[in-house]
This record gives sequence, structure tokens and C-alpha cells, in this order.
Amino acid sequence: MSTSSVLFDTPGPRARLRNHGLTLLTLVAVAAAAYVVYVKFDEKNQWEWKIWEPFVQASTWTDYIIPGLVGTLKAASLAAVLALLFGAIFGLARLSDHKWIRIPAGLVVEVFRAIPLLLLIFFIFYLAPSVMGGGDYAFVAVVVGLMLYNGSVLAEVVRAGVLSVPRGQSEAAYAIGLRKGGVMRLVLLPQAVTAMMPAIVSQLVVLLKDTALGYIIAYVDLLNMGFKIIPARFFGSLIPAAIVIGIIYISLNMALSALATWLEKRSRRSRKTAAPPVAPPGALPAGVTLKGGPGAGAVATME
Amino acid sequence: MDDLIKYAPDLAEGFLENIKLSVMCAVFALVLGTILVSMRVSPTPVLRAVGTAYVNIVRNTPLTLVLAFSALGLSDTIGVTFSQTPLVNSFWLVVMGLSVYTAAFVCEALRAGINTVPLGQAEAARAIGLTFSQSLRMIILPQAFRAVIAPLGSVIIAMIKNTTVAVAGGYLAESAFVMKLVFDDTGVSIPIFLGIVVAFMAVTLPIGYFTGWLSRRLAVVR
Repeated sequence: MSTSSVLFDTPGPRARLRNHGLTLLTLVAVAAAAYVVYVKFDEKNQWEWKIWEPFVQASTWTDYIIPGLVGTLKAASLAAVLALLFGAIFGLARLSDHKWIRIPAGLVVEVFRAIPLLLLIFFIFYLAPSVMGGGDYAFVAVVVGLMLYNGSVLAEVVRAGVLSVPRGQSEAAYAIGLRKGGVMRLVLLPQAVTAMMPAIVSQLVVLLKDTALGYIIAYVDLLNMGFKIIPARFFGSLIPAAIVIGIIYISLNMALSALATWLEKRSRRSRKTAAPPVAPPGALPAGVTLKGGPGAGAVATME
Repeated sequence: MDDLIKYAPDLAEGFLENIKLSVMCAVFALVLGTILVSMRVSPTPVLRAVGTAYVNIVRNTPLTLVLAFSALGLSDTIGVTFSQTPLVNSFWLVVMGLSVYTAAFVCEALRAGINTVPLGQAEAARAIGLTFSQSLRMIILPQAFRAVIAPLGSVIIAMIKNTTVAVAGGYLAESAFVMKLVFDDTGVSIPIFLGIVVAFMAVTLPIGYFTGWLSRRLAVVR
């Protein structure tokens, strides 16, 4: 039983009638909405086979959609690796005992978290040529922007992860004679990584979604293929293209979200760590997770 | 620095557009998010399914795709328009797209809040004979809102930052676009970039502190 069912009793005769009425009303509303969409599409000839046909041809996929997807995944994977590195370095720097490391690291993390990502990408896109000479810096701008922003968010996750390990663990580690580095490397980090895994994966969903910002600076990713290149090549195919690439994005992200949920369930019952799972940054109140279907709210993060 | 002073009026005008978008979207997203969460916890399976489908679809779609589709698909191809003036039309299209997108996150935050309300509260509400909508409205949601003020604050902050993506929705007036125009004109300028960043931080940081303070102040004592 999901927790929400405590909100209502097992329906009696009147409630059942009301529920049936509501069900009918909802179905009618959904059907009406679908009908409006159908009619509107029909008015503008969006159901013509001509504009849908490209998407059943293999060449459209091999020439446009798959290269676009590769562009998206290339930017996402490189940015993810760099963001994880950035996050690990700055997250640990923020936990440093030395003020002169801790404070600058904290400043960097807070500033990059607060900058709207698109502004950052624009800035890098225009800054790169004047620093490194001419060329196409769309890819660089997307990857570096995603790295700085998501890395800063991940730095907070890393910090929260290390702090979530009970203090007894580090006290015990010091007691058996380990040094600072050893305590972190051998005791705290292994447990923290298990605890932060779900939060990291849900941040990667955000990162993958944000690669679509590359569309605005003309980086050739899935969105660019679907919205600029395919409609230019097959006239009128914009809406079918939007639907196809929308489905691709949604299934990619849902698969990653499902992975995050699974990881969280696993780390919750795992005995390998003394730390509770770290919540995704800013999305949920501490210690609250949702029970529900696949990809439930435990991974709902917007930052 | 000279660039920043020279273009300050244009940039300020652009930033004002971000604020206008933010206010509109915040209102619509909160209302729509509350409706969605009521659907997701309702006793009617079909309503629940519609709510779940909405959240899972919208949450996993890139905002850029949502906004670009609103502009190129809905407005240009299908003919869904709000106004004859292109700039006004794209303003409302962006408000629509960003609200629809943000509402999914508002819904999820509120659902997390509903889970913080102890079982006894819902049981007591049922025991004194409140119906589902009464207990949701008078018992559950008020406590849920209070529990998730800080997360809702984060959602709103993220939304304010997302108003820069309005470029993708064809709304070519807000500060990210103005900054791009200026950069096209004068080349990259660090003071201008920092100026806009400071403007955003001047809005988002107080919201963060305020919602944090409010959530401590309004925390339900249990």
C-alpha cells in the first residue's frame, strides 16, 4: 500500500459512486483533450504520412538522430566525469582543516551554483575564442559550463555524504592510529560514496537534460538535430521530430532515474555503510523520501 | 567596467523581464503543482495515473525542448497564440512552458511534504468524518506546505535561473539574450557577465535565506 492511501478510507457505496463519477469525468476530460489535439493537428495537416515517414526510414536514424544522440551523450559523459572530479575535489576542499583552502573552495562552489547555467555557457562560449583563438567552442562551452555548475552541486553532495557518516567512525579510525588522509580514504569516503550514490545519479539526470542547452549555442546535439536539421531537411516534420526526440530524452532520463531509485533502495538496506542516503540537493527535506512507483520523488531534483 | 556602465540600462531592462517571467511562472507553477499533487494522492486511480504520467513526462524532458516546442511547434506550426504582437506572444508562451515544467517539481516537493505528515493526522481527520478533499485541504496540505518551504524555495530559485532559457522559447528580451547581443557587439566582457550574475544572486540568495528562515519558523513541532 502506498502511504497516500491513509488519506481516504476504503470507499463505501456513496464514495464508490463518487469515485466512479470522477473516473468518468477524468476520462472524458482526457478524451476531450486528445480530441482537441487531434483536430488542431488535423487542421494544420500534421497527420499526413509524408511528414511522419522519415522516422520509419533507417537513413533518418543513422544520418540524423543517432549522430545527434551521440553528440548529446558525448557532451553528457565528458561533463559528468569532469563534474564528478570537480565535485570530489571541491567537496573535500570544503571539509579541509585549513581555512585558506576551505573558504575559497566554499566561495567557488556557492558562486557557480548561483549562476544561471545558460549565462555561464554563453560566457564561456564568447570567452574561449578571445583566450584561445578562433574556432568552434560550442562543445567546450557546453562541457565546461555543465562541469562547473553540476560539479558545484556535486561538491555539496560529497560534503553532505562525508558529514553523514557517524562521528564514531572517524573517532574509531583515529583511535586505531590512522592519519587524516587515511581516515578519509579508508573509512569515511567508502561509506560516503554508498550514501551519496543516489544523489549523484539524480544529479546526472539533471546534467543529461541540461546538455540540451547546447541547442541555443548551436552545438549539434539531439535537440538541434530534431529542431533545426531534420525540419530543414524534411519540410514540415518539426512536430513528429519533437515527439520522437522527446521520447528518446524521456526514456534515457527515466532509465537513469530508475537506476537512482534502485541504488537508493540498495544503500538503504546495505550494511556496508553507517551513513543514511544523502538527499538530492535542495529537493527534499532531510530524511524524507517518497514511496511510490519507479523513479519516485526521491530523485526529483531541479537544481 | 566602462562596458558595464554603458550597457547597464539595457541589461537592467533585460533583467526586469527575468523578474516578470519569474513572478508569473511562480504563481502558475505553485497553483498547477498543488492541483497535480491533489490528483496524485486522490482516491481515483485514473486521476492518480494522469498526475503521475504528467510528472514523469514533464520532469524528464529538457526545459529547452519544452520551450522550443512551445515556440516552434505550438505557436508557429499549430497556431496556438496568445497575442498578435510577437514579443507578447512569446512572453506568454515562455510563461506557459516554464510553469508547466516547474509545476512537476512543485508537485514532487509537495508530495514529499505529504509524506512528512504523520499517519495519525490523516487517521484523526478521517475519524472525525472529514472527506478526502476536506482532510487534504484543512489537515494535510497546510502541514505539507510548512514542511517543504525550503525545498519549494530551491525549486523557485531554480525556476528564476531557468528564466534565462526563455531564449529557446523565442522570447528575445531577457538578460541572457541581452548579454549575448552585447557580446556580439563588443566582444566578451567580464564586468557585464559579473554584473548579471550579481543581479541574479541579489534575487536568489535572499529567497534562499528567507525560505530557510521561514521553514524553521513555521516548522510543525512534533
